[in-house]
Amino acid sequence: MRKYLARRVVQAVLVLWAAYTLSFLLLSALPGNAIENRIHAPDSGLTPQDGQVLLHYYGLDKPVWEQYLHALGRALHGELGLSLTSVQPVTSLIGYALPSTLRLTGLALVAGIVLAGTVAILINYAPGAWLRGLAAGIPALFASVPTFVVGILVLQYLSFRAHLIPPVDDGSFRALVAPAITLGLVIAAPLAQVFSTSIRTTRKQPFVHVLHAKGAGEGYIFRKDVFRNSSLPVLTLLGLAFGELIAGSVVTEAVYARAGVGKLVVDAVTNQDLPVVQGVVVLSAVAYVVVNLVVDLAYPFIDPRILVGRNGAANSKGTWPAGRWRGPRRRGQAQPQGLPPEDVVVP
Amino acid sequence: MTQLIGPDLSPEGAAAGAPSTAGSFPAGLGKRLLAALRWLAGHLTLVIAIAIVALVLLWAFFPGLFTSQNPTAVNPAEHFLPPSAEHWFGTDEFGRDLYTRVVYGSRTSLTGAAVAVAVAVVVGSALGSVAGWFGGFADSLIGRVIDVVLSIPGFLFAITIVALLGFGIFQSALAVGLTSSATFARLIRSEVLMASTSNYVEAATTSGARTFAILRRHVIPNSIAPTFSLVTVQFGIAIIWIASLSFLGLGAQPPKPEWGLLVSDGRDFIASRSWLAIWPGLTVVAVVLSINHISRHISRGRSS
Repeated sequence: MRKYLARRVVQAVLVLWAAYTLSFLLLSALPGNAIENRIHAPDSGLTPQDGQVLLHYYGLDKPVWEQYLHALGRALHGELGLSLTSVQPVTSLIGYALPSTLRLTGLALVAGIVLAGTVAILINYAPGAWLRGLAAGIPALFASVPTFVVGILVLQYLSFRAHLIPPVDDGSFRALVAPAITLGLVIAAPLAQVFSTSIRTTRKQPFVHVLHAKGAGEGYIFRKDVFRNSSLPVLTLLGLAFGELIAGSVVTEAVYARAGVGKLVVDAVTNQDLPVVQGVVVLSAVAYVVVNLVVDLAYPFIDPRILVGRNGAANSKGTWPAGRWRGPRRRGQAQPQGLPPEDVVVP
Repeated sequence: MTQLIGPDLSPEGAAAGAPSTAGSFPAGLGKRLLAALRWLAGHLTLVIAIAIVALVLLWAFFPGLFTSQNPTAVNPAEHFLPPSAEHWFGTDEFGRDLYTRVVYGSRTSLTGAAVAVAVAVVVGSALGSVAGWFGGFADSLIGRVIDVVLSIPGFLFAITIVALLGFGIFQSALAVGLTSSATFARLIRSEVLMASTSNYVEAATTSGARTFAILRRHVIPNSIAPTFSLVTVQFGIAIIWIASLSFLGLGAQPPKPEWGLLVSDGRDFIASRSWLAIWPGLTVVAVVLSINHISRHISRGRSS
């Protein structure tokens, strides 16, 4: 267990380091240093003193590798640079914006899971073939409607015509619901697709036939057996979904005119405030890595077979299987590696 | 397999879709016509989807055929007219005809999406074939870079590239293309890996062909085919992403008509003049739905 955990943590740190380095290369090391150009731009709105502070902070007179080591050292101390417009630390700018976005993405995650689960169950269990066929089209519909169009329609019909929700963010829970559902749709499409495929595969397995033969009802089998057996691929996808939620909040916050990390990004890009953009990218990479680590460690709690060795014998030492980790992908419904299932539209 | 609306995968439809008369004696004209009609009825949603895509492509190539008005001509006397027989989608705050702007906007949006997919295919297959063919260090280096790119949410990565390149439809198309090239690189890599162990590549090697010639003549053409359904899916995604970037003000710049930009302009008047945002928005939905439906049909054809 400890060995496996250590290896996964080292891997996670490496991915983070690579993501940080990639974003540094993109933003700082390209010909014609983007940060320097921005500071010297006539419309930067910076006082000469601010300019000096920034030039000194980023050490722009030094060679690139020295700037990089400097920036990396700061990143290890939790510093992500200074904003080029307000000369405030990027971390505190993100800190101000984060709570609102976390509320939005948190509720969106719940909304997305509930929606996806409902659709997946409808696809497999709805009475009547036509209803199942109709439900089968829903994930494709979700994936084809851009977030900003959903937002526009919701604002128009639920807010201005039906007066169900406030049109601006007044901090209330009611104002959060519509944006969260809008954002939840982004992840609901691939989740529903994967979950319904997984349910279908599970229902074809012999143990389900045995349960049927013993007289168990469809609902009982789903709750007790099928649900748990088919939720592993969904869990894998959830790890990816969290990053998509952060990216999706950019558009959602713009449509509903909400404050948050998404608005911070759009403002930063509009003002060419590159360190802020980099900060949010690194943050989302952190979220991705941490969520995936948690997901990986959660597998055995859902499917204890993962702790069982390849020969079917229980791992006698009771350790986490360091050398022969059996990820859920390798069991049964093998997917070509690195590819989403064929008809999942990756947002 | 998913489908949009029920009837098109019904057994009758599938049976009628099979070219049952092919190879048999030439049937009568009436019989063939009947078969064609039956195929059309069985694939109604597909036909509609193809018609929508064809219409939008015609809009993009020959906008003058579909509207006689100028997309940027300002006419203050006719501002904020609701949809009518004369102005199908209504007019905006400068009195510009919205339908005309949607028609001309299709050129901007579709060109952007085409550039994005082309960039993704070219960059992705270059990286993927190098990684798959040469293996070793090149493979692990490219593989790690792809892993890192995929660990950053795609849309956020595209925004970062836009922040570097500046705003504009081509910059955002390039950004979207570079972002999705990672997905293509992965697919092409696995295809090239498979092709490189095949008999025909072995035969080419033994007959003395050069590495580059083998890649160009044998490996890449054989690895490209499986990406067709991914290309169509990516085309739909590119339309959405480019429209979203424009909606945020990071893509096409006014007064250029572009679908996402039109929705964003209409967003300001959503309370009282809802048609301004809704019609361009629904256009995007219809086009992307159609493209995704066609793409699912292609991948279904390949897998069955």
